[in-house]
Amino acid sequence: MSKNDPAADYDGPPDYRVIGRHALFPQTNHDEIERINFLAQMNRHLAANVVPGVKQSYERRVAPAFEASEGRPIANRHEARKALLQDPAFRTWSALRRLTMEQRQQAGRWTALRQAEQLAEKARELTEGDDRLKLDSSLQQPRYVSAVDHHCMPGSYHTEYFPGDVTNGANYDHAGFVTTSGLLGKYSDGGGHAVARWVKRNLPDFQPKQILEIGGTVGHSSLPLAQAFPEAEMTIVDLGAPVLRYGLGRAKSLGVDNVRFVQASGEDLSIFPDASFDWIQTTMFLHELSTSSMRAIMAETRRLLRPGGIVLHVEQPQYAPEMPLFEQAMRDWDAYYNNEPFWSRMHEMDLDAEMIAAGFERDQLIHGGVTAVVDRDLFPDAADDDKEDYGRKAAWHVIGATV
Amino acid sequence: MSVTDALRGAGAKPAGKRPYFLDAEVERVLAITMSIAQELAVSRQRTDTLERLLLEKGVLSQGEIDSFVPDRAAAAERALWNQEYIARILRIVQQENEAVDRPDDIASEDVAAEVGAQS
Ligand SMILES: C[S@@+](CC[C@H](N)C(=O)[O-])C[C@H]1O[C@@H](n2cnc3c(N)ncnc32)[C@H](O)[C@@H]1O
Repeated sequence: MSKNDPAADYDGPPDYRVIGRHALFPQTNHDEIERINFLAQMNRHLAANVVPGVKQSYERRVAPAFEASEGRPIANRHEARKALLQDPAFRTWSALRRLTMEQRQQAGRWTALRQAEQLAEKARELTEGDDRLKLDSSLQQPRYVSAVDHHCMPGSYHTEYFPGDVTNGANYDHAGFVTTSGLLGKYSDGGGHAVARWVKRNLPDFQPKQILEIGGTVGHSSLPLAQAFPEAEMTIVDLGAPVLRYGLGRAKSLGVDNVRFVQASGEDLSIFPDASFDWIQTTMFLHELSTSSMRAIMAETRRLLRPGGIVLHVEQPQYAPEMPLFEQAMRDWDAYYNNEPFWSRMHEMDLDAEMIAAGFERDQLIHGGVTAVVDRDLFPDAADDDKEDYGRKAAWHVIGATV
Repeated sequence: MSVTDALRGAGAKPAGKRPYFLDAEVERVLAITMSIAQELAVSRQRTDTLERLLLEKGVLSQGEIDSFVPDRAAAAERALWNQEYIARILRIVQQENEAVDRPDDIASEDVAAEVGAQS
């Protein structure tokens, strides 16, 4: 620690003004930026300074009290969470974490909504008549999307407030910084760059022609793949029209042209013939599904994959017996209190077994791990970050298969 | 979109019943307090931006704000502002204390019955 030099000792999210902008990025005034800075610092404070207190309370109060009353230790993460719910430290942290998410949504939505018509007009200019945007207004949103708005994002990814609207894409894109604290980098694409790097390192001879990302939202995780393989054509499928419209505008404005955005459900991609893709990617996607849709999607990926192709799913780590119950309970927080209802179940599933049930061979399965790749001069690097923000850290597992 | 619609939309509730971790009253006040804390941070940063711009343009010099000593009149005005500010914020405490002295206070609802009586 350099003595008495707060700037040299600084550890935390960068100022929001380092964020990368593009033609569809909403305008942000001084106070809107500072709101985002404040909220990113709130999340950092909760992770760095409040969570350790919750952990200590668990060890010193919650677990011993459970054992004293039940005559046995806490046996699983659900018992751990329910016991934590009785504890003031967990409750205070939870109340603060929840309201910070609500403040984040309000802040981001205000910025996007107050310029909604201008953004829609820019999106129209960028995408009108471009056949790389294929929307399907007859697509029904599944129950697992409509029942609760994921991560408390009002209107989720799909709601349009007027024809041509991109509000929910703009909100998701520009204010996600609050939750990721800059760990995803300048264009929130550190996850995509990590995957591209992983593939280049692990499969040096792989030269995909057709790449598909299911649940690509505005393209954060997809564009880096298109950039890493400029000869390939990248297809991004999602359920939400506002995010896809925004996504194509964003991609074009960032100069990434080998992409197309298609509104469809990954459960039924019959618009594409069998063996259409060399690489099928999903990123931070499986946890926002349901058991049946996940199975249907895995089966579709098997059908759509060409011989020699790969499917990769990038997700937060699964609950394994070695993972302490406290950590599992904390990771489950998003499932119960941040509207991520499939999170808990998905993270306990045997994904290898699911892949095999979908038609992949056990000895063809792929396992790995990645951390976000960012511009280290400006952004914090998840690989160096020893804080644990339970489920939100930019470090993921890779599960996949080749055929 | 009108400002009114944008404001209402910005604060819209997400689908899904809200969990409460504390007594609902306490959690409500905490949520309001943290929004105010956020807005205070925003104002503080705006002042800081202003100071830095004034410094850059040579209107202020380094350390001028920290070494600022108000003259007598300014000091009194500033002190009064603080007193007024605190009094406004702690109005409810003042009123609850005044109530101790008014053991015979009666609720308007009860007076309504009394003054509305037919005979
Ligand atoms: C958490 S986001 C994915 C984030 C994105 N991959 C990234 O890394 O930036 C989940 C996305 O999946 C989409 N989605 C959910 N179910 C889907 C389905 N059945 N088919 C296609 N997209 C789906 C949602 O609309 C949403 O945009």
